[in-house]
Amino acid sequence: MSHEEERPEARNATRRSDALRRAALYATLAGLVAFYLAPIETGLVTSIKTSEAVRNTLPFLPPGLSGFTLDKWAFAFDALSHGMVNSVLFTIPSTLLCAVFGSMAAYGLTLVDWRGQIAVLALFVAGIFIPYQAVIIPLSEFWSIWVELDERLAFLWALPLLEEHHATILELIVTHTAYGIPICTILFRAQYQTMSWEMIEAARLDGASLWRIYRRIVLPLSVPMFAVVFIFQFTQIWNEFLFSLTIIRSVSDPAASVTLILSGLGTALEGVDFPLRMAGAFIAALPTLIVYVLFADQFAEGVRV
Amino acid sequence: MRDELAKTVERLRDRLREVRESRGTGDRVTETDGGQEVGADEERAVGTDRRVVERSAFRRLLDHDAVQSAPFWLPPFLLMGFFVYAAIGWNFAISLTDYQGFGEPDYSVLDLDNYGAMLSDPAMWAATRNTFALLVGFTLVCLVVGLVLAILLDREVRFGRTLRTIYLLPMSLSFIVTAQFWMWMYNFNFGIVNQLLGVVGLGPYSWLGNPDLVLGSVVFALIWQFSGYTMVVYLAALRAIPDDQYEAARVDGASTLRMYWRVIVPQLKPAMVSASVVLVLFALKAFDFLYAIWGYRPRRGADILATKMVREAFNKQEWAYASAIAILLFALSLAVIAPYLYQQHRQGNL
Repeated sequence: MSHEEERPEARNATRRSDALRRAALYATLAGLVAFYLAPIETGLVTSIKTSEAVRNTLPFLPPGLSGFTLDKWAFAFDALSHGMVNSVLFTIPSTLLCAVFGSMAAYGLTLVDWRGQIAVLALFVAGIFIPYQAVIIPLSEFWSIWVELDERLAFLWALPLLEEHHATILELIVTHTAYGIPICTILFRAQYQTMSWEMIEAARLDGASLWRIYRRIVLPLSVPMFAVVFIFQFTQIWNEFLFSLTIIRSVSDPAASVTLILSGLGTALEGVDFPLRMAGAFIAALPTLIVYVLFADQFAEGVRV
Repeated sequence: MRDELAKTVERLRDRLREVRESRGTGDRVTETDGGQEVGADEERAVGTDRRVVERSAFRRLLDHDAVQSAPFWLPPFLLMGFFVYAAIGWNFAISLTDYQGFGEPDYSVLDLDNYGAMLSDPAMWAATRNTFALLVGFTLVCLVVGLVLAILLDREVRFGRTLRTIYLLPMSLSFIVTAQFWMWMYNFNFGIVNQLLGVVGLGPYSWLGNPDLVLGSVVFALIWQFSGYTMVVYLAALRAIPDDQYEAARVDGASTLRMYWRVIVPQLKPAMVSASVVLVLFALKAFDFLYAIWGYRPRRGADILATKMVREAFNKQEWAYASAIAILLFALSLAVIAPYLYQQHRQGNL
């Protein structure tokens, strides 16, 4: 009888400590949210401030009515808009090409079993991890001295909609595709490894060609992985900077990508124009932010491998 | 569509079973299988007729899976191989010349002078030291912060997915974008960091100007950007741990902290290894972030091998010397990847 009276109290005590623990957990999680969003939040409120308001208001508070302006956004948009067009022009084709090549390579190296494929595969995996510094000198040499696309394709530039700087865009497409293939191959391979071996083997015994198996069985099953690869590769290529710097070289080049223009935006002798830079940063990040917010799960999956 | 696929699969499975059974009773299925034992038999059998042997050898080569699957993996492999491996070889060749300025490299005189020059360049040593400090500091802290985040989000947390999305958000941004944000965060007069420290009576500090602080400031910003990545890797590994292990530990009366430390964390080792490989490589690529803040010349104390390499090449046109530094960077990353790949291969994960 006596311990039956104690029980509710003990239960109450554990319940209270449980509640306390949960409160502490959520407080920590909220604090972390503040930490991860702070640089973005301060950037956003700063981007709509006048230079006056930047000096007079706290960095994480929005400006008052008198200190509010969208001028910086307008200016940044003007500066970055053709860079956005260029970035779209090379990001989307190379994302698609990477995904297709990656899926094909993963199929040939995973679902078709042959000796020596591990060695080829190891070269693909190692390709993910190569620091780009190790290739950029030959790369810029290759495009600027050996290939000279802009001269070779000179007959094209008279056509409507095509301009000479599209040669540089084409170079970027090929470059990004080549360096994106390894990661896409490994992403697709991770999925193909979980596919039923029996199924493929049986289809082959039935006389289906490799191409037919790929088109009829493998491709329909890889649609979700294509989504992952598109999302991931799109953000990677859009955000890339080193190839832009070394292949395009100049911020004022008509082919300049959005990251390249952003890196030179708002620097003057008088100092850095922070509201302008913040507005520029948001405009440059907008496509990836939208893609990320809409497809966070796919992005997380792409990152994980 | 799915139903149809399932039906096909079922049919194919039946067929496979049939074939296996017939193989068991001794019926050879030569026309569909180019395997080893069949090949050996054939060679013995047709030894009398040369022409048949040759043709069948050629047929066998064509039928071989490596050749059959080549249309799939060879084109991507060639494209990737040219831009990655041939470029590295080419880069090594350039590093042996004395190519500088404008014009083209002269491959007639090759020597290791650039590697010698690297050894006697004091800036090289500083950059190497900074690279290692950044690698180690960044990787370790990211592993720890990511682990804490993953454990916090692991069990029965409301809005878990939203929180995960927020913590991973910085990773979706370009280095060039995050560098803008952190320049403002670290701003001497108006930045949040100094304002917050001012509340408790510290500072202001020149985070991006003081040679003693600058590397730490950069590492902190990079941790902000990539700790979400380690969190995602750990979360995936945590999800793979069966629930009963949590239950068992709880029934045993272990506190949450003890349970994680004793039971759960040891199982995260493979995730930890693969995450640290990727983090080291992220850190080797931190060039973009530093370039966005300072251009070709980072503040003293923040120069790493990656920035020095690009500066020597594209700012000073010392191509040959820069490619020697690039080879050093490549060797460093190889020292990380090669053991990892070997280990993965041995465990059959490749």
